[in-house]
Amino acid sequence: MTEFWQSVARGLGNGSIYALLALGFVIIYKSTRVVSFAQPAFMLAGAVLVTYLAAEVNFFLALVLSALAVALLALGVERVTVRPMVGKPVFVVAIITLGLDIVIRVIVNGFIGLDVRQVGDPWGLQTVNLLGVPVQQRYLAMLLTTALMVAALFAFFRYTRFGLAMRAAAFDQETALAQGVPVGAVFATSWAMAGGLAAVAGVLVGSGASVDQNLWIIALKALPAIILGGLDSLGGAVAGGLAVGLVESLVGTYQADLAPWLGQNFAVVSPYVLMLLVLLMKPYGLFGTPEVERV
Amino acid sequence: MTALLERGGRRGRRPRGRPLLHTSYKQDMALLDTPGKRRWLSALLVIAVLAPFMLTDDILQLLAVGFVASIGAIGLNIVTGYAGQISLGHAFFLAIGAYTAAAVSGDPDGKVIGFGVTSILVWLPLAGLAAALAGVIVAPLATRLRGLYLAIVTLGLVFLGEHIFKEWDSLTGGPGVGRPSAVPELFGIRLDEAGAYSKEQKLYLLMLVMLVLFAVLARNLMRSRVGRAFAAVRDRDIAAAIIGVDLRRYKLLAFAISSFYAGVAGALMYTVAGYFDPGSFNLLLSVQFIAMILIGGVATVSGSIMGAMFITLLPRITRELPGVLPFISSESKDTPNVFQVETVLYGLLIIIFLILEPRGLFGIWTRIRNYWKAWPFSY
Repeated sequence: MTEFWQSVARGLGNGSIYALLALGFVIIYKSTRVVSFAQPAFMLAGAVLVTYLAAEVNFFLALVLSALAVALLALGVERVTVRPMVGKPVFVVAIITLGLDIVIRVIVNGFIGLDVRQVGDPWGLQTVNLLGVPVQQRYLAMLLTTALMVAALFAFFRYTRFGLAMRAAAFDQETALAQGVPVGAVFATSWAMAGGLAAVAGVLVGSGASVDQNLWIIALKALPAIILGGLDSLGGAVAGGLAVGLVESLVGTYQADLAPWLGQNFAVVSPYVLMLLVLLMKPYGLFGTPEVERV
Repeated sequence: MTALLERGGRRGRRPRGRPLLHTSYKQDMALLDTPGKRRWLSALLVIAVLAPFMLTDDILQLLAVGFVASIGAIGLNIVTGYAGQISLGHAFFLAIGAYTAAAVSGDPDGKVIGFGVTSILVWLPLAGLAAALAGVIVAPLATRLRGLYLAIVTLGLVFLGEHIFKEWDSLTGGPGVGRPSAVPELFGIRLDEAGAYSKEQKLYLLMLVMLVLFAVLARNLMRSRVGRAFAAVRDRDIAAAIIGVDLRRYKLLAFAISSFYAGVAGALMYTVAGYFDPGSFNLLLSVQFIAMILIGGVATVSGSIMGAMFITLLPRITRELPGVLPFISSESKDTPNVFQVETVLYGLLIIIFLILEPRGLFGIWTRIRNYWKAWPFSY
C-alpha cells in the first residue's frame, strides 16, 4: 500500500506542475484563442535563470526574480511577434509560437551547454513521513506552490478589476473593447502570466532533479492536460494537470507488472493515450465549452 | 464575350498573337496555362535531367533528399493547405512508410524484420498504402475535432509513434541502433550501388521522376471535384456541408492521400543515407515539414517544392557560415555553433515568413513574375 500512496504523491506533485503549465496555456487561449507552443521554452528559460541566480541569492528570491524576468520576456515576445497577427487565422499564430519556441529554446540551451545544472532548491530528495508514508518533500512543495498560485489566480480573476476585464475580453473581445477594456493590455498580461507560471513550473521540475536540455519535453505534457480539461476552462486545466500526473505515475508504478508488452517507457506517453480516449467520448474535453456554430 | 467564345469555339483555339487570352474553360483550367509556364518548366526539367551529369555527387545527394522531402511536403500541403486540417503528425506517417518499405525490402536473414522483396515497384506502393491506412484510422478524429484540438491530437500521435517505434526493436533496431533502409531495386538494377553510373546519379534520377509524378498527380487532383471539395471544407466547413460536400468522406480522403504521400516520402527518404534511427521521427521532423509548406507557400504544389528544397539546402548553407562569420563555430561543443544557428533559422524563418510574407516563396515568385510581365510599366 505504501507503494501506491507514494505513487499517488508523486503523481499529484508532478501533476501540479502540469497544472501550472496548463493554466498558462488556458489563460493565453482564453484571451487570444491561440494555443501557445512557446510555453516549453519559457519553462526552460525560467529553470535555467534560477540555476544562475541561485548561486547569488536565496532560492525563493531567485524563483520570484526568474518568474518576473520570464514574464517580461513573454510580454516582449507577445508584443513583437504575436500582436501584429491579431485577426489572422489562429493556426498561423500557433505556428508562429512554434517557431518562437524553437528560437528561444536554442538560445537558452546555449546557457546550459552539455552539463546538467542544479536549481539549488532547499529540499532536494529528502522525505517526510506523512501518515506513515514516506513522501518526498519536493512533491509537497510542488503541490503547495501550485495550490497557492491557483488560489491567487482565481482570486485575481474573481475579485480584481483587471481580472474582470480579462474575463470580459475572453467572453467577447469586441464588446469588451467597446466597453473600454484595454484588450491589448489583456493580451500582454495573459502572456506575461503564462510566462511566469511556466517559469515557476520549470523550477519545480528542476527541484530534486537537474536542469538539462531535455527538460522542455515535460511542458508538452500540459497539452494532454488542457485537452482533457477543455481548452478554455481554468478549473479544467488544474483537474486535467492533476489527472495527467496521477495517470502517468500510476502507470509508471504498475504497468511493468500488469502489462509489460506496452514497453518500458510507456508511462511517458500514457497522458497522450488518456487524451485520445477522452477525446473520442468528449470532443471538447471534460469541462470545455462546446463550440456552437452560428451559420 | 459571347463573340469571343463563339470564335474560340468548343476546342478553344486561341486568337493569333493573344497567348494569354483564354477562350474556353478547358484552357482556363490547363496545368500550364501560359506560354511562359510551358517554356520555363521545360527548361527547368531539361536542366534537372542534365544535372546529374554536371554536378558533384554530394550536391546530387542533397538534391535527391530535397526531391523526396518535396513529395512529403506536397502531402502535408494536401491535408493542411488544401483541406485545412492542421496536422502536426506528419512525422508519424513518414515513419510508417519508412518502416513498411524497409521491412518489405529488408534482408530476411538480418537482425531486424525483412521479407526480401527488393523491387521498388512493390515496396513503394505498399509503404504508401500502409501510411494511408494509418491516415484513415486517424481521420475519424479529424471529423470530430476542429482547429487546434486537432493539431494537439496529431502532436500526441507523434509521441505515441515515437514510443512504439523505439520499443519495437525487432522492426526498428531500437533507438541509437537503427536499421538499414529500403533497398531500391528497379528491373533488377540496384540503384544504391555504383555501376555504369554512380549511386547518387541513379538515386537522383529516381527521386526526380517520383517528384514529377507525384507533383503532377497532386496538381491534377486539386483542380478536380475532390480538390474543390477540399477547398470548400477548408474555407468554411459548415457552408461546405450545406452545399452537399460530405465532410466525413472528404476529411478521410484528405488524410488518406496526404498520408500516402508521406508514406512514399518516408520510404524513399532514407534510401539515400542507407540507414535510419527510430528517434528521427520526432516533433522536429513534423515542424520541419510545417516550415516547408509555410515558407514555400500554403496550398500550392510548386510552393511545397520550393519550401522543401529551401529547408533541405539550409543546413548546407549554414555550414558555410563559419567561413564568413568567424564568431560562429563549426564545433558542436562551442556556442554559438552552426547547428544552433541552423535551428534558430528554422524558427526565425517561420516567424518572419508568417508575419511578412504569408504566401511564402510562392508569393514572392508571383510578385517578381508580375513585375516583369508588366515591365517597364508598374501594372
